[in-house]
Amino acid sequence: MGWQIVKKRQLGPVIYRLEVMAPEVSRKHKPGQFVVLRVNETGERIPLTVADKNPQEGTITLIFQVVGKTTMLLRDLPEGGEIKDIVGPLGTPTHLDKFGTVVCVCGGIGTGVLYPIAKALKDAGNKVISIVGAQSADLIILEEEMEAISDELNISTDDGSKGTHGFVTDVLKKILDSGEKVDLIIAVGPLPMMKAVANLTRPYKIKTIVSLNSIMIDGTGMCGGCRVVVGGERKFTCVDGPEFDGHEVDFDNLAQRLRTYKEQENLGREAYKCPEHSHDEAK
Amino acid sequence: MTDDKKKGKKKKEKIPRQKMAEQDPKERIKNFNEVPFGFNEEQARLEATRCIQCKKPKCVEGCPVNIDITAFLALIKEGKFIEAAWKIKEQNALPAICGRVCPQEEQCEKVCVLGKKDKPVSIGYLERFAADYERNAGEVKIPEKRPKTGKRVAIIGSGPAGLTVAGDLIKLGHEVTIFEALHKTGGVLVYGIPEFRMPKAIVQAEVDYLKALGVEVKCDVVVGQSVTLDELLQQGYHAAFIGTGAGLPLFMNIPGENLCGVYSANEYLTRSNLMKAYMFPEYDTPIIRGRNVATIGGGNVAMDSARTALRLGAEKSYIIYRRSRVEMPARNDEIEHAEEEGVEFHLLTLPLEYLADEKGYVSGMICQKMELGEPDASGRRRPVPIPGSEFKMEVDTVIVAIGNRPNPLVPKTTPDLETHRWGGIVADEETGLTSKPHVYAGGDIVTGAATVILAMGAGKKSAMAIHKELTGEDLAVTSKDAETDEE
Repeated sequence: MGWQIVKKRQLGPVIYRLEVMAPEVSRKHKPGQFVVLRVNETGERIPLTVADKNPQEGTITLIFQVVGKTTMLLRDLPEGGEIKDIVGPLGTPTHLDKFGTVVCVCGGIGTGVLYPIAKALKDAGNKVISIVGAQSADLIILEEEMEAISDELNISTDDGSKGTHGFVTDVLKKILDSGEKVDLIIAVGPLPMMKAVANLTRPYKIKTIVSLNSIMIDGTGMCGGCRVVVGGERKFTCVDGPEFDGHEVDFDNLAQRLRTYKEQENLGREAYKCPEHSHDEAK
Repeated sequence: MTDDKKKGKKKKEKIPRQKMAEQDPKERIKNFNEVPFGFNEEQARLEATRCIQCKKPKCVEGCPVNIDITAFLALIKEGKFIEAAWKIKEQNALPAICGRVCPQEEQCEKVCVLGKKDKPVSIGYLERFAADYERNAGEVKIPEKRPKTGKRVAIIGSGPAGLTVAGDLIKLGHEVTIFEALHKTGGVLVYGIPEFRMPKAIVQAEVDYLKALGVEVKCDVVVGQSVTLDELLQQGYHAAFIGTGAGLPLFMNIPGENLCGVYSANEYLTRSNLMKAYMFPEYDTPIIRGRNVATIGGGNVAMDSARTALRLGAEKSYIIYRRSRVEMPARNDEIEHAEEEGVEFHLLTLPLEYLADEKGYVSGMICQKMELGEPDASGRRRPVPIPGSEFKMEVDTVIVAIGNRPNPLVPKTTPDLETHRWGGIVADEETGLTSKPHVYAGGDIVTGAATVILAMGAGKKSAMAIHKELTGEDLAVTSKDAETDEE
């Protein structure tokens, strides 16, 4: 008896969207929070942000990129199939307020994480300027949704196939130099992107919040596996985060910690892709 | 026992304390199977015969849950093994667990009268024997339940404290729901204590027993996040028990502690025990299989970590402890098991710093030698650094097992729940009642990291107090009367 997948859609070459029946999580969830899930009995526990929710229907929306075995398993579940365990909502919700003008910067799968936050900021009365970036046009997701909740939407692609030819930081710099008064920046995306945004905004002295994607196991603060260094202090992404002051985060340490299980992850991914091959290896 | 019988016993050869057969150390570091094999029937009866059936048994007083020890020993002696298990279960719902992890040497066996001139009766091994016998025989009895009281109790945490409260209250006719944050029940029994000391099938059997009694179990619910304590009370629970444990790892705050390969014991053990990383890639959760593994600490958790490292293939597994052998809080049994398996003990040693390789993994550590000075607040002699004694050790995995604090999630989200500065919930010693009406707490969340049996003892006290609050019946008084009657 697990959590049922009500709807399944593919958003991009390796990005999927699942609507899952999880009434209590849906009701309790606040923007910025995530869930930890386990696909099956032998599976790992992984964190995924709740990108959207429908408390009346009792569903939550998960958007994920296929990067390893667990996300491959998740991708291969059919509509009507079940996720064995989902627990949440976890993490400290986004601090919402009427800040003024907020620039929301997201890259790749980070858009799925940022969308509920940007929507909440708009609802809180902020002017929302969004910058959505990706390597190429087919990796841009949630464009319509972001358009609907942003006062201004900018798209950028590394290869120029859509919007500005360049990085999200190029677009951000233009905005910051334009004379627009920006009160807060929120950046969610691959680690190098968040680090680049934080480095860019530091001299402008504008508060920059990032949402970190540490490896997690329990998600309730009991193991320290997700620990990050923020302002020289140890914090747990699962309970103190996932959002932190981007100017204080030790991105390099987090990048290293994310690579801890690279070998095992590769093994798991390859074995899943070619089950016959892995059987030979086991001999 | 008449004088004649006593005389007869003296003429017979004195029965020695039976030795429990165990896996050979060289073999057992290659597997995660249980290390002790348990008594066979003959050994059990012999050992039970050693008990001299004191009129005022000290062992019963020494037991945190007051099991009727002499009674169950008498039943084992008579070959009535299943009845012995049922007798234990009158006081203790989880005998298979207690028989394995209780520090009997500090409790019942410590005060056993035989221990004065001989070795005490192996009460722990016999409790384990009876519980295992009942489970294996499939003779688990569902006791008579009292009529429904119409009262509902929410139990937060399915570790030893929560399971004990659940077991006691369900039998008294209350509706009981356990809320567990993880995807499996058992708490520290399932994530903290390894398979080779606490087989998970046994924990599951105990939980299944509770479910058979009618306890409702909801996993994947983090009280404090998924639902708050106040919401539960509003939803119609008449009382709540908080047994969320000491799940907040302590770190030393020394340089290099955030390098890849430096684990808290909680993380290392949770990966191995709960997520079965020792079976990777059959199970997906990875764990680093270090060659030179250093575990910092001297308690049971440290022993478990160091012994797990060996089973994961470590060539060298070290215990790094800043005091000496005498001050180590771990059970003697477990220290011996670790020594037999080849764990190397570096005592009077303190890590100062972890060194990294070019990829950000721990590759070594700088340590300092210590000597013992005056006793500190814990009563143990304080370790004092020896100047100039720094040395380097090659390690590729470090497990920090220096202790745990109470998990802050429930207190943080329950504003009127009073806590101490260090995080423990303030609770009445006799009942576990907290500063919040209808809310009780017990186990590590109140005391800080302690033992399974103490958590169970606290659970028993709270169960009686909750029952009294909900129905007016005072069972604490009743059981004391019963004890006097038996004498």
